[in-house]
Amino acid sequence: MSSNIEEKSNLLEVKKLRTSFYDGKSKLEAVRGIDFTVKKGEVLGIVGESGSGKSVMVKSILGIIPTNAKIDAGEIILDGKHIENLSKKDKRAIRGREIAMIFQDPMTALNPLKKAGDHLVELLIRVRGMKKKEAKNEAIELLRMVGIPSPETRVNQYPHEFSGGMRQRVLIAMALACNPKLLIADEPTTALDVTIQAQILELLKKLQTENDMSVVLITHDLGVVATICSRILVMYAGMVMEEGMAHEIFYSPKHPYTKALINSIPRVDGEKTRLKPIKGSAPSLTKVAKGCPFAERCELAIDKCFTEMPVYKSFSSTQKCMCFLAGEGDKLDG
Amino acid sequence: MAETREKLVDVKNLKKYFPLKNSMFKKGNQVVKAVDDVSFHIYKGETFGLVGESGCGKSTLGRTLNRLYDPTAGEICFDGNDIASLNNKQLQPYRKRIQMIFQDPYSSLNPYMTVEEIIDEPLEIHTRLSKGERKKIILDILEKVGLKKEDMEKFPHEFSGGQRQRIGIARALSTNPDFIICDEAISALDVSIQAQVINMLEDLQKELNLTYLFVAHDLSMVRHISDRIGVMYLGKMVEISKSDELYAKPLHPYTQALLSAIPIPDPIKAQNSKREIITGELPSPIEMEKGCRFRARCPFAKPICAEVDPTLKEVEDGHFVACHLY
Repeated sequence: MSSNIEEKSNLLEVKKLRTSFYDGKSKLEAVRGIDFTVKKGEVLGIVGESGSGKSVMVKSILGIIPTNAKIDAGEIILDGKHIENLSKKDKRAIRGREIAMIFQDPMTALNPLKKAGDHLVELLIRVRGMKKKEAKNEAIELLRMVGIPSPETRVNQYPHEFSGGMRQRVLIAMALACNPKLLIADEPTTALDVTIQAQILELLKKLQTENDMSVVLITHDLGVVATICSRILVMYAGMVMEEGMAHEIFYSPKHPYTKALINSIPRVDGEKTRLKPIKGSAPSLTKVAKGCPFAERCELAIDKCFTEMPVYKSFSSTQKCMCFLAGEGDKLDG
Repeated sequence: MAETREKLVDVKNLKKYFPLKNSMFKKGNQVVKAVDDVSFHIYKGETFGLVGESGCGKSTLGRTLNRLYDPTAGEICFDGNDIASLNNKQLQPYRKRIQMIFQDPYSSLNPYMTVEEIIDEPLEIHTRLSKGERKKIILDILEKVGLKKEDMEKFPHEFSGGQRQRIGIARALSTNPDFIICDEAISALDVSIQAQVINMLEDLQKELNLTYLFVAHDLSMVRHISDRIGVMYLGKMVEISKSDELYAKPLHPYTQALLSAIPIPDPIKAQNSKREIITGELPSPIEMEKGCRFRARCPFAKPICAEVDPTLKEVEDGHFVACHLY
């Protein structure tokens, strides 16, 4: 599976992306120079703790960052076209048609005054230029596709009549209504129960294969990424610490942060041992340190880590990591 | 061994019903049976995990145990005394011994109070110590939860989520309790911080001989911290077992489905494991039909499941299940 993904062409390329929030004179660097690609037909997982900049990054790609934030630099190339400097109107044309997004909270993402079906109908009329009746039939089909039972009645119901899992299905139906090439799912199952989470992940996987879509899945749950992602980015303090295929990240992680993250979670399989937490907490992004952002919490940090920013080292054609010590054949590999 | 251990909490046939208000359009006496005839016990010094999906009544059960809610019926024996029907004044000595840690470290701390005032408040209510003596206790507790002396003067907004949860834990420890109810105490925290808090809770348990009720939906974390676990579904306790045994050999079809839905952080295992994905969702807790509440989603449902509500019975040593298959 891993080999054919390497050969696939790039759908999205992000180069040196920097996004900051401005508040008067102070500046908060949320995304600090990120490079990555999304290949056609792959599921890319982006893992990181709160404040690691993962949501701001995808919002920058879509052009839906808040008004006090600004993209300082970088290129965003979708299917060969630069999209970072498009006008508002042109960006709007991309959203929904080429890139669609599912948000974390299915409780607030739907308009409570509109029927579930009308969310879809409106979208189909506006984006796909359908007639009202045609759009309604298509809406029913979409609801059926995402596994909502008796879609003929459900289409006329309001969001409050749906449970959390069902609302998330409506949002997925909305995202897929216009056959996007890229689906960005920002913590799509965080607000749901495990049994419902399993259903939604299964559905996403199925729809991704059927429509040959690329999916970017943002989450903090390593279990979720292991279940459906083929490639993973690990983010910390606005930077990509490590990037690799799922098996590389889980079975031979190179960055101390990736290792620490994997070691800090309890497992349902295997022995019960004392947890190994990461000391301290995530750094403030208003005053960024010169060196590696993880240095302060890193067990292995050397003097250089605090003063100099490490550069990426490659370990395979798919795995790279940003750490001075990685791959030096030292205690890091132990 | 289990039989000889002393029970700290012994719950018998506990019920908590919430009446639905009659509206202009709906008449009748509808109730939500949030906790319906639940019996279990917690031994001294152990951690009892309580798991289930949202809406299964696990938080209500926790809050009924420390009498934040008044039970509709049933007994709550705490250290041998039934506290289910005590009034506020009679409850006072027990409130000191039963403390709670809440889910949201942002909304469970008063933003207008300093850390010192937050931890001092329970001491002021429950002890007759002088200000100086209380301050000594506060300093001692702060050290236990890994906060600094200077933090006493600060307000909650100056702390990160993990540190706020430490303040919440310090407040719970201040009255020197025997029993702490942790209601989703770590679910709002980041993964790397969760491990810090869990390790601290484990250390404190050993040091202070605490008993925990750990209510959570993160099944991997519950397995890690608990000695025994109870699984709830729609207000009923469907399975109780030792933690390792529950995960190795779940008996109730619901427990089996719940455990197989946990995403495993291991790509090969995750992609090869056969997951029994449970279909459907929790039915409404308002109009409950007779029979087993899980039968509509249960792959093994038999005719008897629609007729008789299964009761909790011991099928193996210390392993209880409420299911007609056993």
